[in-house]
Amino acid sequence: MISTILIIGGGQAGAQAIDTLRREGFGGRLVLIGDEPELPYQRPPLSKKYLAGEMAAERLLFRHQSFYDEHRVELKLGQRAVRLDAAARQVELADGETMTYDRLLLCLGATSRRLTCPGASLAGVHYLRGLADVAPIQRGFKPQARVVVIGGGYIGLETAATCRKMGCEVTVLEMADRVMNRVVAPCVSQYFAQEHRANGVSVICDMRVVRIEGEARAERVVCADGSSHAADLVIVGVGAVAMTELAGEAGLACDDGIVVDEYCRTSDAAIYAAGDCTNHPSLRFGRRVRLESVDNAFEQAKTAALNLQGRQVAHDRVPWFWSDQYDNKLLIVGLAQGHDRQVVRGDPASRSFSVCYLKGKELLAVEAVNHSKDYMAARKLIAERALLNPEKLEQSDVALKEAI
Amino acid sequence: MPTIVFIEPGGGRRAINAPLGLTLMEVARQHGVQGVVAQCGGACACSTCHVYINPSWIAKLGPREEMEEGMLENAWEPRDNSRLSCQIQITADLDGLEVTVPQRQRDE
Repeated sequence: MISTILIIGGGQAGAQAIDTLRREGFGGRLVLIGDEPELPYQRPPLSKKYLAGEMAAERLLFRHQSFYDEHRVELKLGQRAVRLDAAARQVELADGETMTYDRLLLCLGATSRRLTCPGASLAGVHYLRGLADVAPIQRGFKPQARVVVIGGGYIGLETAATCRKMGCEVTVLEMADRVMNRVVAPCVSQYFAQEHRANGVSVICDMRVVRIEGEARAERVVCADGSSHAADLVIVGVGAVAMTELAGEAGLACDDGIVVDEYCRTSDAAIYAAGDCTNHPSLRFGRRVRLESVDNAFEQAKTAALNLQGRQVAHDRVPWFWSDQYDNKLLIVGLAQGHDRQVVRGDPASRSFSVCYLKGKELLAVEAVNHSKDYMAARKLIAERALLNPEKLEQSDVALKEAI
Repeated sequence: MPTIVFIEPGGGRRAINAPLGLTLMEVARQHGVQGVVAQCGGACACSTCHVYINPSWIAKLGPREEMEEGMLENAWEPRDNSRLSCQIQITADLDGLEVTVPQRQRDE
């Protein structure tokens, strides 16, 4: 009999698991342990509207306190789980309290990858992951404040756009030869770099940071080519790493994430995991993946919550991602790895276009810039493993869903 | 504060006081209205906050923008009165608005 379920991690996955568990009839004791003091909240606005001061903190919350009261959820917030004893089915919290579970769900998330170069720990060097990271950055928002963003990925570019909006002078330093190089096609990188430049951001690629200099705090960022970039504020967005420490120390299998099967089960029968912290099989793409994605956290947690109650439901979803920069919306669905052909639909100059990735005739992924129709059609086509007609696909006046 | 009536997929009727300035989606989510999934949190990126607006209220809401239009075209059973609830701001003149949550949010 499963009478107690503990969830560690109060992000997107943890919040969703609670919802599904209660809606699907779990009537036992339900405890959420989270190391942040706030009720579970959405992270995506932290680099966008919330950072710009356009959104009250209350609007970030998934649910109000009353929801947790009504659904009898014990919240242990601002408390870190420091030890997991899988054999005894116990979790120890930082304050010494020990809790026993019948089933445990790990929604530990990911954490910002840290810079390791000299000067990386100077004051004035910021990361953006949680609510607590926002106010220190906002305090640096003064007109003409010089912001150096290290890393031209989603977080770096979204933050750069917001800082620009707040009147700062912004420089983005990217190590690769183009921005977002790991996640989008060259023409999409080029489009976004151009958008940033048109908005007054200096985007510099092929630029490796070697140190950060300053007396008491960061004053300049120095690169491998000897160039130096003056900074009042340094914001680092160089990727994220899965939080696997607790699981690894408890002896659970970990390999770039906590290893789970399609039912969200870890190597311990009483422990499940969901969200950014997992390394899981993608049934659609036939390989293991670790995703940093709101959608994946949501869907995997939902599946885990069903299976925690004895169901046997596989997590089988096509991943998708989005990014907002200025008035542009980038929507990505699927995984492009393994494609043998790229088709660009529409003209980037029109500010609305998409890039389709094919393997033979099979559609693997689509990146859509301000083009929700292609994106939504692709979600369905990719899930159905539809075979497309590449000639029709190239005609951007033929709807994507008709290009079969 | 305007009152919004949500009709949930199971047929349940929920009258909720909606603070001005929030979106229809945020009101639904904060009160746990069944069927309003709102995965992306209001970025117009997922279409899982799709609702049907009582036809007599449609004109008050203004037109759908292109992004929303594209999202809805491939949502589950879109109709003429379909909207993404994240794109609708609560204003005083929406007092009494009635919206129906679809049976599903997706068919993939």
